Amino acid sequence: MSATGLSAEAANGKQLGASRLRRHTALLVIVMAALIVLALFPSFAQPYYVTLVLPAFAYAIALLGFNLLFGYTGLLSFGHALFVALGAYGAAVLTSKLGIKSFELILLASGLAAVVVAIPVGLLAVRYVRIFFGILTLAFGMLFHSFLFKFYNITGGDTGIRVLRPALFGNEFSDLDKTAFLIGPFYYYCLVLLVALGFVMWRIVHSPFGLHLTAIRENSRKAEYLGVRVRMFRLAAFLISAFYCAVGGVILAINTGQADPETAYWTHSGELVFMTVLGGFANFFGPLVGAFVFIFLKSELMSLTQYWRFFLGVTLALIVILFPRGVMGVAQDLWSKVKKKQ
Amino acid sequence: MTALIETIGVSKAYGSFIALDGVSLSVASGELLSIVGPNGAGKTTLVNVLTGLLKPTSGAVRFKGEDIAGIGPVALAKRGMARAFQLVHIFPAMTVAQTIGVAVVSQASRSLRLFASVATDAALRSRVREVAGIFGLDTKLDTESRLLSQGEKKLLDIASAFALIPQVILLDEPTSGVSSGDKHGIMRTLMDAAKHAGVQAIILVEHDMNLVAEYSTRIVALKEGKVLADLPPTQFFNDPHIVAAVVGKLVGKVSQRAA
Repeated sequence: MSATGLSAEAANGKQLGASRLRRHTALLVIVMAALIVLALFPSFAQPYYVTLVLPAFAYAIALLGFNLLFGYTGLLSFGHALFVALGAYGAAVLTSKLGIKSFELILLASGLAAVVVAIPVGLLAVRYVRIFFGILTLAFGMLFHSFLFKFYNITGGDTGIRVLRPALFGNEFSDLDKTAFLIGPFYYYCLVLLVALGFVMWRIVHSPFGLHLTAIRENSRKAEYLGVRVRMFRLAAFLISAFYCAVGGVILAINTGQADPETAYWTHSGELVFMTVLGGFANFFGPLVGAFVFIFLKSELMSLTQYWRFFLGVTLALIVILFPRGVMGVAQDLWSKVKKKQ
Repeated sequence: MTALIETIGVSKAYGSFIALDGVSLSVASGELLSIVGPNGAGKTTLVNVLTGLLKPTSGAVRFKGEDIAGIGPVALAKRGMARAFQLVHIFPAMTVAQTIGVAVVSQASRSLRLFASVATDAALRSRVREVAGIFGLDTKLDTESRLLSQGEKKLLDIASAFALIPQVILLDEPTSGVSSGDKHGIMRTLMDAAKHAGVQAIILVEHDMNLVAEYSTRIVALKEGKVLADLPPTQFFNDPHIVAAVVGKLVGKVSQRAA
């Protein structure tokens, strides 16, 4: 009796493991295919499209963090452009004013600066949830935006600050012109960064810590009674999201060569939300897909019509109404339909 | 008998409304204390005070001799008191395994492991399976909570509380919204689980007098924020005045609803 029970358990475990393996294999194949396309992209695409991928990388990284807070912890921030801007201005101040060129140092310093700012902001904001959290983060974002305008001496006011070319592992690639640098070494650096930070975030959301964050999103009162430190973990998610957003901001600023106060404007925070919803916040890869789709959609619409904002708005409205789970939601539905037919 | 939990002269006022008025009670190891009383008697307030969620206006609440007034549910869970809720209180989009896993992670103090994997943690998984098994949920480990039946949701709520390995468990109407046939099933599962998990005392808030009579070792009746009676079940049910004060209203309420 016990022997059969045990073997049944073992078989069951094997089966479970096998199905998980199959699912993971399918996922791994898709991710690898996407990475190969991205790695080869500069060799077959026009430079213009390659330069479009850079902001997509930047937003993909920022949204990995943003969605830890939104999709996993259930806190929707309307002020995360603040942290993207901190990254951008961090890169600007370090390269233009302090003469620090090391990209690694810039990433680390800007990310940590964002975390330092995120501590007081987060401590105040995570006391609230839903719309109150959203409004509070929005308020802090606007505060920072006006700070950028008022303190002209530090921030350069409405013109912002130039961002100089950083050195990647100590190499400035001074033989390359700006575009060649961006679509060459910088492109691959950012791709690797996206993969590394994506892997770290994958680990985080599948960790015991991530499980507790999800419990907070689902039902914070119940979570508390199961020993989940709700406020502290909300803050932790907030800090991690700030770090990721700052890294995204650094890449954005280096790509444009300028840290611009518009980066901190509240509409930019709205764009972060837009991209996440577009891709699907319920899925780990949703925000990544959202970043790419948004950047290319925006670029295409801008080249077609001056009313691109209108069409972008219509797109968002349609997505929320028709496909609330975003691009990844649609993809998942299609995938399961295909599997059923088989 | 030393008290595991005790309240001494606990009062709780909301403005001029007095929800609890000088409530003193104690729960010792081995007891199942039922708290009964008509709606608005202060049961929920008392439970919230006992679980450290509300700080009483005056009086003391102690758990294992330590003051727990207003310490909050997380600290309480760490000290060994768990709570299951009146309305099913679940994580709708999380699976049964994940839900129980949340408590197992807390209990093992592993919540700060940012880069560990839940899926490959054999100890965590076997513990989740074990707890689910006690409550007959081991065949539904990968089912999302929102897809469970009402009774299963209830069991999952209780199972997740048990996964904390509490010394005291507080059950706020564990069988409300469940058919009367299933009520005994849930209570029996609960009592077995309590014995299995080494729970030392249970506090039960319950409207169903049959369940109260069958499972309690002692009954505290509340009315208008005061302790009306604190008696063993036999004495409690032999006093018609007390039963009328508690049950009378209930019967009235049921017939009202029927009409």
